[in-house]
Amino acid sequence: MRYEAVIGLEVHAQMLTDSKIFCGCSTRFGSEPNTQTCPVCIGMPGVLPVLNKKALEFAIKTGLATNCRISTYSRFARKNYFYPDLPKGYQISQFELPICEHGYVEIIVDAEIRRIGITRIHMEEDAGKNIHEGAGNYSFVDLNRAGIPLMEIVSEPDIRTPKEAAEYMKKLRAILRYLGVCDGNMEQGSLRCDANVSIRPVGQKEYGTRAEVKNINSFKFVEKALEYEIKRQIKVIEEGRKVIQETRLWDSNKGITESMRGKEEAHDYRYFPEPDLVPITVEQKWINEIKASLPELPDAKSKRFASEYGLPEYDADLLTSEKSLAEWFEAAVKAGGQPKAVANWIMGELTKLLNEENKSIEECQLKPKQLTEMLKLMDNGTISGKIAKTVFEEMYKTCKDAETIVKEKGLVQISDESAIEKAVDEVISKNPKEVERFKAGDEKLLGFFVGQIMKLTKGKANPQIVDEMLKKKLA
Amino acid sequence: MELYRLSISEAKELLDKRKITVKELLNSLYQRIESIDSKVKAFVTLSKDKAYEMADASQKQINEGRSLTIQGIPVAIKDNMCTKGIRTTCSSKILENFIPPYESTVTSRLNENGYVLIGKTNLDEFAMGSSTENSGFFTTRNPWDIERIPGGSSGGSAAAVAADECIAALGSDTGGSIRQPASLCGVVGLKPTYGRVSRYGLVAFASSLDQIGPITKDVKDSAILLNIISGNDPFDSTSAPVAVPDFTKVLGNEIKGLKIGIPKEYFIKGMDSEIEESVKTAIKKLESLGAIPVDISLPHTEYAVATYYVLATSEASSNLARYDGVKYGFRAEGKDLMEIYMNTRAQGFGAEVKRRIMLGTYALSSGYYDAYYKKAQQARTLIKTDFEKAFNSVDMIVTPTSPTAAFKSGEKTEDPLQMYLSDIFTISVNLAGIPAISIPCGFTSNNLPIGLQIIGKRFDEESILKAAYAYEQSTDWHKRKPNL
Repeated sequence: MRYEAVIGLEVHAQMLTDSKIFCGCSTRFGSEPNTQTCPVCIGMPGVLPVLNKKALEFAIKTGLATNCRISTYSRFARKNYFYPDLPKGYQISQFELPICEHGYVEIIVDAEIRRIGITRIHMEEDAGKNIHEGAGNYSFVDLNRAGIPLMEIVSEPDIRTPKEAAEYMKKLRAILRYLGVCDGNMEQGSLRCDANVSIRPVGQKEYGTRAEVKNINSFKFVEKALEYEIKRQIKVIEEGRKVIQETRLWDSNKGITESMRGKEEAHDYRYFPEPDLVPITVEQKWINEIKASLPELPDAKSKRFASEYGLPEYDADLLTSEKSLAEWFEAAVKAGGQPKAVANWIMGELTKLLNEENKSIEECQLKPKQLTEMLKLMDNGTISGKIAKTVFEEMYKTCKDAETIVKEKGLVQISDESAIEKAVDEVISKNPKEVERFKAGDEKLLGFFVGQIMKLTKGKANPQIVDEMLKKKLA
Repeated sequence: MELYRLSISEAKELLDKRKITVKELLNSLYQRIESIDSKVKAFVTLSKDKAYEMADASQKQINEGRSLTIQGIPVAIKDNMCTKGIRTTCSSKILENFIPPYESTVTSRLNENGYVLIGKTNLDEFAMGSSTENSGFFTTRNPWDIERIPGGSSGGSAAAVAADECIAALGSDTGGSIRQPASLCGVVGLKPTYGRVSRYGLVAFASSLDQIGPITKDVKDSAILLNIISGNDPFDSTSAPVAVPDFTKVLGNEIKGLKIGIPKEYFIKGMDSEIEESVKTAIKKLESLGAIPVDISLPHTEYAVATYYVLATSEASSNLARYDGVKYGFRAEGKDLMEIYMNTRAQGFGAEVKRRIMLGTYALSSGYYDAYYKKAQQARTLIKTDFEKAFNSVDMIVTPTSPTAAFKSGEKTEDPLQMYLSDIFTISVNLAGIPAISIPCGFTSNNLPIGLQIIGKRFDEESILKAAYAYEQSTDWHKRKPNL
């Protein structure tokens, strides 16, 4: 039997606010344990939460960017459970009336557009962290993270393949980063993903029993964890057993998911409206203002790149996957670069060099204009495409302009025909056997001659002229 | 002169005119406490060092002619309001050694107005109770008869005021915890409108019902303290951005033509005849002052106690989850995390607190939420609407504060339900979020105080203070003192 998977994702995104969601403490990452805490986020007796308006704004922004309906009346709820990293014994979250509902994002998989529904986006506070190393029989608790604002973005069970899930995560991450509401770093935990997975025979309408997979803590594991879980469920069913409703943990070292707790051990969170916070009322006017302030989002930008710059869809999508990458591209084009050439250099050499150093485009020292100027040197024949690669690498490393590099290293292309002729003649006279074979029809040898000439001219000979001249002389 | 007997306004005048010093006043009170508190047991903590420090600072202000509203006035604070550097226990073993690193908004405001913190008063553990018998430490005694309880949960504050162990006090009221003890101790207790006073720093029992208010020797003092503690607080989003009038301004105004509603559900067959008689006499008195009694009905009154005990315990079950032995307060050892939790809470909380946590946990549990919590919220709306409708035709509502006068210690401890009914006349007011005041209106044949409750419209504390003051000025009940 053939099966299809039904997947829904619950994504937790840490918001990039300066202060926590219910107190004034800093949200900075990596400080000494418990230095960014106060009576409110430690859960002292008698303290009260007060909503950070920025967190609300960020949630609304995200809702608008994912086509959600924004609730003008929404409220917080308490999710009750005991854990040492949860200082109040409850997490302030949203339950019945979330701030955003009924949205979607679009992804492209195998050249087809798929719309993934977003059930809801709600705000909540993060918990602290338990530290087990170095504490003997005890554990330490660090509450710096307690109270950092989170958004939980819950998708509809619209995802059918691990690849779609990965594309959805990528798209969501791009949107969050475009909006500047989350840095999207899965490894550091500022973007987290839990997946609800079930399978059913192709053609069946009813959903199968689902398992929740937690701890997918890296982008590359989204697909892997889901692939594993789907295979596991298919195996269970084909062996005549039943998938049980449970929470499973993804173990990236073993590459498997393992049962964490079953349905009967599931928490009863005893949600009820948070009485310490008044309901959130949002004026339509403010929503409109936020809407007007939204940046151009990845989908719109990609479409524009394709139409305005005549880029292939693939290029447009790739260049708009990161806002800063898109901005780099546009700056280079604005400085006079030919769009497709700029795109090729960014997607090729620049990406390669950045990846080698594990750097992001934001950390790139090279200015877009410098690429454009190098491209001009290629266009006017000063350097060849081959030399350009050398120049670009040098430019990337030193941040010197292409022209300076070309001058300093003497890389100007030789287009002087008499100089090239000299080199051509020399190569022909030194390789009589090859000349004979070429004339006898072994045309592949043309490359050999070009290579020899380039070697002689240190790669500076204009390849077009070399080509023409060789063909003439060997005819 | 027995300085400890003074009210805020009397003491303030003597202090400002430099007829007495803050230190003399404070000495007098601490001597009073020393001589009688072994009987009354109103205080959990006496903050003597802090008090004399504050007294010196106050005297300096007075000497420099910069006396503030309650400069140098010793006030007792119920021990569920956080005072920076001064132990705040909620009369619970679980917080027995908890010293808050921050100040509650109400005490900050008292501080900004020159008060002197004389000590922290006893309460039913986490304010859960009507007699202080649920205190984790000891039971406070009624100054009028030390065989009897002072009411609760603010029993320590009410007893301290009645016994002249402080000039005034703050209490908190979730279901009657200011008004009922004020009534049983023969003093004035005011529960403001929900949102009138910041709850920041008040250790939460039931967040949607809790409200801080003054317990004082007379109505004028009540208005003075209310002036200070009222107002929107950026640290409490449930505190209302509503303007605060000067509540002392209306005192002395006529009450002629005011319509006072008499709800039939509060005067029922079989009620204590002495209470009924006193309250009816008080209504006559108000009538003689020009008020017009109107018979009204608050039809959902019978659901108030049940509604309250679902909602208050639900919120409490969550509010008290933070006492887990991890961060502060009492911690019991155990072989693993679960055991530490269980031992800490089993040993740290008293029986009533545990009972309410269990009730609330049950009411919020999946499968029961709709039948209990949600249903109770709906009933709460109906009770609120009862009052809104009534206030269309009357300016205020008058009832007894408590169905009985002070009962004997131990009389109701075996029967929680009987104890819960002590708040039958006060609970609806908390559910509706409206203000109410309890003032002395008579004595039983046993010489026990009886209280009159005046309930007002939302944010209309002015009207009930005005009526209470008019009544007080035409009677002498508030001048009677217990024999100790």
